[in-house]
Amino acid sequence: MHKTDGDRRVTRYSIFSLARNALKYHEDWPQAWRSPEPKPSYDVIVVGGGGHGLATAYYLAKEHGITNVAVLEKGWLGGGNTGRNTTVIRSNYLWDESAHLYEKSLKLYEGLSQDLNFNVMLSQRGVVNLAHSEHDMRELSRRVHALRLNGIDSDVLSREEVQRLIPILDCSSGARFPVHGASIQRRGGVARHDAVAWGFARAADARGVDIIQNCEVTGILRDGGRVTGVETTRGTIRANKVGCVVAGHASVLAAMAGFQLPIESHPLQAMVSEPIKPVLHTVVMSNAVHAYISQSDKGELVMGAGIDTWNSYAQRGSLFIVEQTVGAVCELFPLFGRLRLMRSWGGIVDVCPDASPIISKTPVEGLYFNCGWGTGGFKATPGSGWVFAHTIAQDRPHPLNAAFALDRFTSGALIDEHGAAAVAH
Amino acid sequence: MLLIACPWCGPRAELEFRCGGQGHLTRLTDAMEVSDAEFARYLYMRDNPKGWHYERWNHVNGCRRWFNAVRHTVTHEFHATYKPGEPKPDLPRS
Repeated sequence: MHKTDGDRRVTRYSIFSLARNALKYHEDWPQAWRSPEPKPSYDVIVVGGGGHGLATAYYLAKEHGITNVAVLEKGWLGGGNTGRNTTVIRSNYLWDESAHLYEKSLKLYEGLSQDLNFNVMLSQRGVVNLAHSEHDMRELSRRVHALRLNGIDSDVLSREEVQRLIPILDCSSGARFPVHGASIQRRGGVARHDAVAWGFARAADARGVDIIQNCEVTGILRDGGRVTGVETTRGTIRANKVGCVVAGHASVLAAMAGFQLPIESHPLQAMVSEPIKPVLHTVVMSNAVHAYISQSDKGELVMGAGIDTWNSYAQRGSLFIVEQTVGAVCELFPLFGRLRLMRSWGGIVDVCPDASPIISKTPVEGLYFNCGWGTGGFKATPGSGWVFAHTIAQDRPHPLNAAFALDRFTSGALIDEHGAAAVAH
Repeated sequence: MLLIACPWCGPRAELEFRCGGQGHLTRLTDAMEVSDAEFARYLYMRDNPKGWHYERWNHVNGCRRWFNAVRHTVTHEFHATYKPGEPKPDLPRS
């Protein structure tokens, strides 16, 4: 059952390996991935060991046979936004380009645990978007129709249906935020964010990818207009292709390569309550009050806020943003009013002018950027890696990400998902 | 929560303010003549430094006036706040 490849042992996780290891008191599980020293050169370097970067490396190996790949991570795997988001997965985006990209990602998620042999705990418990006015209701219906034309499951719920689905939601006429109805994507839901990073890391490592943590990129080496490698805190590493997937720090890396991105970095905060028994079996989002909430398997209520308006790289935001979100959630769910907040945290998100990502070639040959996911990248993790691997391997975008190129800011062909795609992510 | 010195009202809680992004942007006077790339740069490209940043703020829940600021994007420290039209201060050394 153990495959030995150099210093690597790969165990397939199954009921049998679990039983076998139980007999050994779980003291003999092999490590999930190696921690190799960086080699002097690779075919491809992926900068950023979050979910998107690890997915990119995995699909480079799996779909394109490129296994001489290094993933460089300045901290620890999944320690950035991958470990800081609210784990919501959905594909209910208004515009065709976004809908197709996010739907590809959702479909990959649906088979991901089997594909990676790692339980990412995908729970398709449904995502409900609330409408608080007649106008909200019309916007929401428009989006549902657009989604259906793109073959994405989506329904409109009346106020009575919402109340039946979520009895603890205040749908009364005296509510501070009256509920007029909602849309629902039943295939949407949540997954375990850390497991997504670890699953991709383990599966990429098994295919030969070197995952190198505590290795910060400090410079991007170029010769003429071509990328030739990167300077890191662990020495120079050469490669003819470099893919950067570093979320909030995208502008910093672009500056190292001598160009500018239409991106601004903002803090985005999330928080959890103390754990309670199951009360909320679906994800509820409200754009108007900018709050989104679900209950984790541990019983905590997981809530997400909006961004702080100022630029920051400090992974913390202001308390009043947390206060506003909690206030809105307590109006929607009066039952939660007596819960205590256990902790809140912030991540740095890379926001584009049109709230859509950039998955693109750059002015530097062989250098690719995957960034601008802003407030909603977790749901796109497998799809983002899948199209980015294609872009790097083939040196041209896949049809799914062709519209997400850098040049859309010059051509004007923006994919304006501000508000249209359910602001909260 | 930040404590922000409005150049007109003095120090107030951050709750009263809204950040308006990069400061000292000048409107294109020859928008019809410039290339698409230059227009895109004017319209969409913004400084996003990890360090000191020139920015505009609005005292939206106070005197409702705009002003400029120099703030650090890691420590969040304000180096200066000043009225529009006043000269751009030099950046601190660190």
